Amino acid sequence: MANNDFKVHPTPKLDELEKGPWPSFVTGLKRLRDAGKRYSPMINDLLGQLEHSYEERLGFWKGGTITVVGYGGGVIPRFSEVADKFPASSEFHTLRIIPPAGYHYTTDIIRKMCDIWEEYGSGLIAFHGQSGDIMFQGCSSDNVQPAFDALNELGFDLGGAGPALRTSMNCVGHARCEMSCYDEIKAHRMIINEYLDEMHRPALPYKFKFKFSGCPNDCVNAIHRADFAVIGTWRDDMKVDQEKVKEYVEELGRDYIIEHVINMCPTRALKLNDDDTLAVDNKACVRCMHCLNVMNRALKPGDDKGAVILIGGKRTLKIGDLMGTVIKPFIKLETDEDFEALVEFAGEVIDFFAENALEHERIGETIDRIGLPAFLEAIGVDPDPNMVLHPRQVSFVRTDDFQAEMERMRAKKAAKKEAAE
Amino acid sequence: MSEAAQKPRMPDETGVPDPFPYMHPVMKKNYGQWDYHFRPRPGVLCHVAKSGDKIWTVRAGTQRQMDVFTIRKLCDLADKYCDGYLRFTTRSNIEFLLDKEENVEPLIEELNKEGFPVGGTGNSVSMVSHTQGWLHCDIPGTDASGVVKSLMDLMYEEFINEEMPNRVRITSSCCQINCGGQGDIAVNVQYTKPPRINHELVANVCERPAVVARCPVAAIRPALVNGKPSLEVDEKKCVCCGACYAPCPPMQINGKEETRIAVWVGGKHSNARSKPRFHKLVVAGLPNNPPRWPEVGEVVMKILRAYKENAKDWERIGDWIERIGWPRFFELIDVPFVKHHIDTWTYARLTHNHSTHIQY
Repeated sequence: MANNDFKVHPTPKLDELEKGPWPSFVTGLKRLRDAGKRYSPMINDLLGQLEHSYEERLGFWKGGTITVVGYGGGVIPRFSEVADKFPASSEFHTLRIIPPAGYHYTTDIIRKMCDIWEEYGSGLIAFHGQSGDIMFQGCSSDNVQPAFDALNELGFDLGGAGPALRTSMNCVGHARCEMSCYDEIKAHRMIINEYLDEMHRPALPYKFKFKFSGCPNDCVNAIHRADFAVIGTWRDDMKVDQEKVKEYVEELGRDYIIEHVINMCPTRALKLNDDDTLAVDNKACVRCMHCLNVMNRALKPGDDKGAVILIGGKRTLKIGDLMGTVIKPFIKLETDEDFEALVEFAGEVIDFFAENALEHERIGETIDRIGLPAFLEAIGVDPDPNMVLHPRQVSFVRTDDFQAEMERMRAKKAAKKEAAE
Repeated sequence: MSEAAQKPRMPDETGVPDPFPYMHPVMKKNYGQWDYHFRPRPGVLCHVAKSGDKIWTVRAGTQRQMDVFTIRKLCDLADKYCDGYLRFTTRSNIEFLLDKEENVEPLIEELNKEGFPVGGTGNSVSMVSHTQGWLHCDIPGTDASGVVKSLMDLMYEEFINEEMPNRVRITSSCCQINCGGQGDIAVNVQYTKPPRINHELVANVCERPAVVARCPVAAIRPALVNGKPSLEVDEKKCVCCGACYAPCPPMQINGKEETRIAVWVGGKHSNARSKPRFHKLVVAGLPNNPPRWPEVGEVVMKILRAYKENAKDWERIGDWIERIGWPRFFELIDVPFVKHHIDTWTYARLTHNHSTHIQY
């Protein structure tokens, strides 16, 4: 199905992006343009429009409404505002497709995706968008349904867009990392697949994102970017292999270890003993990961593993960037019951968000608006000093039930202790 | 037409796919049972499981927006050296997974021959995580793909080597929503003028109360312009954030000269040493200058050089600046401190120095 029957748009500005050592997306687009395929004229006009953007320093796409049968979101519609000049790419929609958790692929599955995208789309795929989806970019309105059907038959589903539960991501974690403190894939799939309806039929006040990192290095940037961040950690003592500590000291020198490990501990919880072993004050340790990162053969997370949950991270709009706030300082994540409890808690938070957030308000903004104590009360979580940097420093608050609250928290703590015994 | 043919196909709501059918057998076998890792050379990781099994990861940079021919080329290499197993990182690097050490060097050689840089591990500058831009977004101020390609060309050596004090994670965003996220260095669009309103279109295109509600500084109000219902902006209040543009395209925030670029530093996601941080403003008002954005590249390289020369091992850019202080940082990169560096947003007071802690 050769298709070279079009006049190639000159792209002098984009051509500049073919120079230099880094792989060029422009060269890739030209390969598609010159492939003589069904989509080649579309890519030619796409390049024409992009060159036009480079000249005018403006974008020329507008949104719209395109969905597949049965779903309300997941397709990002793009209609060209300069379709008169570039008609073949007048419709250039994106299908957001949920990747396998942890971005694991075989070449077999990727080749099948490529074939589908050559048949229905543009041949342009992004691994992956900032949303965490595989972005199948460049589909005409008519081809959105058959393209989705083919991908869906292959075992892949549409991701989130608009005011909905969004596609999530997890770090490589358990699959290839010694720092991983819980089964990220299990938590990720259990939560998202339980509340999938909220993804496919957008009915939330605004977007809601989960992200799953196996340790406090937070490789998927969950604290900054997720409404609901699940970050692995441990409660007991970190593991120290003193023989291997000695090897590091031998290899790097005492001075180096003192300056770059001991002195960089944020809570002064480390001491290098005279015999080149390491003393750890585990009560002072905040599980920041620095010493484990430097000496990963010698230092490991403890055995009593689980996760911290932080809620409310988001980017700039509308009230400024927010990071997640600690809402659960520690949850166990080992048994099926532990994971089920996490899924249930996630559901309670989504319900709270659905019922209480204003339109176009992220949950972090809701918490900011109503105050953390009101949020905690609404989701049935007791206040904990780990949630804040320090207690209140302004006296402007009504406290006539302060003593009663103290009694209530004491009684709760006692009851919990009794139940544990 | 038969009844079956008329009935539309309903989706299989399968959700997040199970990754285990696609996971390398060594990773599957040792799932949750890894012991340690080391980096034999830049761009290569070797993870050792408690069982003694090893897996080598060869990490390479890609252009993220890939044509199927590039993808198939990468698949050919994965078939040849990795039994067909690969994955991607959150920064769009591709990772080839090998259980045979002897395949590592030939794979690297072939990747380099095909034009894919091997690196992005340890103390390198990894791939810039970025947004869509003019290629596909409906509200972009610039083209992240082009900015990133231009930057990665400049930072090629920093990607393939591990010679920085600590890892450097750079992000780029095409509007002030900042989808690119926080970074050690962030290259983001910064609008400089209030929106220009096409009053002819507002009533038909925009849900006016929603647009009014979207403004973070309450600068937008409904108005009748030339007898048509429209919106007006109090330009003294307007902070030029572009929040109104997405729900109401007739409020054009972008302009050939007006859309500018700002560079920010010191953001960090990890909890290692210091808590996660937001990035802070270094310089704004850089021209949006396609196709290579040289002014942006110059600032980024200046910051990288100052960091490389002055930071201690393991200090991220934000850690380093915290130690040496902002006055010294601005001196080192030769940027004058101006009034716009001082925060005026909510909680700005928390960013003031209420002490005599001053570095002379």
